[in-house]
Amino acid sequence: MSTMPPAAVAADPLESVADTRPVRNRRRRERSVGASIALHATLIVATFSALFPILWVVLSSIKPASEIRRTEIQVFASPTLDNYRRLLTETDFPTWFVNSVVVAAFTMVIGIAMSATAGYALSRFNFPGKRGLMWVFLLTQMFPVAILIVPIYTIMANLGLIDTKPSLVIAYCTVAVPFCAWMLRGYFDTIPRELDEAAALDGLGPFGTFWRVILPLARPGLAVTAFYTFLTAWGEVAYAIAFMQGSNHYTLGAGLQTFVPQFSPRWELLTSGAVLITLPAAIVFFFAQRHLVAGLTAGGTKG
Amino acid sequence: MRKSFDKHWYAWAMVLPTVIVLGVLVFYPLLQGVWQSFTNLNESNQRAEICTKILGGAVTCEPNPDAAKFVGLDNYVDILTGQQGHFWLQFSNTLVWTLACVALHYGLGLGLAVMLNRNFRGRSFYRVALILPWAVPSFVAAFAWRFIFDERFGVINGVLRAVGIDPVSWFEQRWTSLFTAIVANVWLGVPFMMVALLGGLQSINGDLYEAAEMDGATPWQRFVNITLPGLRPVSSTVVLLGTIWTFNMFPIIYFVTRGQPAGETEILVTGAYRAAFEGIRDYSLAATYGVLILSILVVYASVYKRLLAKQGEVF
Repeated sequence: MSTMPPAAVAADPLESVADTRPVRNRRRRERSVGASIALHATLIVATFSALFPILWVVLSSIKPASEIRRTEIQVFASPTLDNYRRLLTETDFPTWFVNSVVVAAFTMVIGIAMSATAGYALSRFNFPGKRGLMWVFLLTQMFPVAILIVPIYTIMANLGLIDTKPSLVIAYCTVAVPFCAWMLRGYFDTIPRELDEAAALDGLGPFGTFWRVILPLARPGLAVTAFYTFLTAWGEVAYAIAFMQGSNHYTLGAGLQTFVPQFSPRWELLTSGAVLITLPAAIVFFFAQRHLVAGLTAGGTKG
Repeated sequence: MRKSFDKHWYAWAMVLPTVIVLGVLVFYPLLQGVWQSFTNLNESNQRAEICTKILGGAVTCEPNPDAAKFVGLDNYVDILTGQQGHFWLQFSNTLVWTLACVALHYGLGLGLAVMLNRNFRGRSFYRVALILPWAVPSFVAAFAWRFIFDERFGVINGVLRAVGIDPVSWFEQRWTSLFTAIVANVWLGVPFMMVALLGGLQSINGDLYEAAEMDGATPWQRFVNITLPGLRPVSSTVVLLGTIWTFNMFPIIYFVTRGQPAGETEILVTGAYRAAFEGIRDYSLAATYGVLILSILVVYASVYKRLLAKQGEVF
């Protein structure tokens, strides 16, 4: 669960793309033809490297199994959706998919609910313990899976929760809650304090201000944080493999690996599964990206 | 005390849910983990009591005579002297892996960000295409690259065969095996660096470039004297985070190399994981690994911050 960027880093670039672009670029018109070609050539190579693995997996997923197991390269070979049909009807893939959705959704909701008020308090108030808490959030970024997974596993085993969805949700919350608090704090910082002051003048207490004024304004920030949290839970494997034991309890991360054992891997199921796992993640990802730009550039003062 | 409570009670009330969650879900297990690293806990001795059913369905329990017990620093000594596990092999793999990945992430990310920061036709297409790998869940990417590097059916060996070079058995040799994992992780991690650095580039004041151009600075001089210093706040943060994330990157090694050949490409995190969940489960060994990994990272982060602070950089 450690590949997600904190808000500050992920958010700023997209915000500034929109508003600083025209200013500087006006004076960078004079570029020689040679430089132009070199620029495009480099970027085309980079784009090709970025897209090729994805394309190759997609292309392979529509080849019959016998064509995947061929030593010479073929881009197209009697395209068929047979792999997808088999994946959806003859394996537990649909169950894993539902399990993943449930686990990721619960993680997302709990992560946001437990951290929203903390994000607000950290953004607005100075209170004893604030620095310590911020430091703890940073420290949790450093935790390797390795240090928490064993104690959490033994605790879950004692509680009899191993092989259940709650055990995964709880494990994911160890990362999701501090991450959400950190990210939401960054978002609340972008909402002008004048709004809080105006609300206070109108007689709202700190909780009323948070609930009625700040939370509605922070919807884009909440959405983006929620999406990222969902995606990290969607793509997590270490806990999923360690905690889930029955095939019908697997999440996607734990299930997909059962297609490719060391001997006689079934690449046709793996590639089609990979496409079906990535598709929703990519859609959510790009929706979050766009939302991020809109939320950050339009945000705050309008309300 | 009273006064302080009156003044801050609502702030404390607001952080309370998070603090409770962190306390119960993070700090209690963390302490448990540190404790476990001083015991000999494993699969066979994890029960504190042995319960037996007697006739009539009643259950009697008595303390387990072989229950896990405190062993002091034995685990640490065993690991660091190489009596258990392969700490130093995994440590050297982790160093190579982290250095190579972070250097390539940063270098390629910076190069692409500088290019994308210019104005040209097709810019937004390139930007979307180049961040696509970020949208792929890491375990899916790991399987995709394992498939691409597959010794018999993989496209890379297919291309090698087609141009008449002998196919490479990627996973039979330590460095080629590690190379495949590094390629996969670089592919996965460059987009984040690129987007973060692009944001940093756009916050640099354009007037600086104009002034430098007037003074006759070459493009390289402008890059070294304006772009790089301007990027420092962003760079220092993303390099620190990138290092920590790469150090702990589990799925790529676990699924791409699977430690092949014979555990020679394992990094610390995957080594700890295998100790805990494969073969005879040695929980105390894994917990010790966890404590060591965390200590290494904390030391790294504080040295890193101190070095930056010395150069007048605070983040």
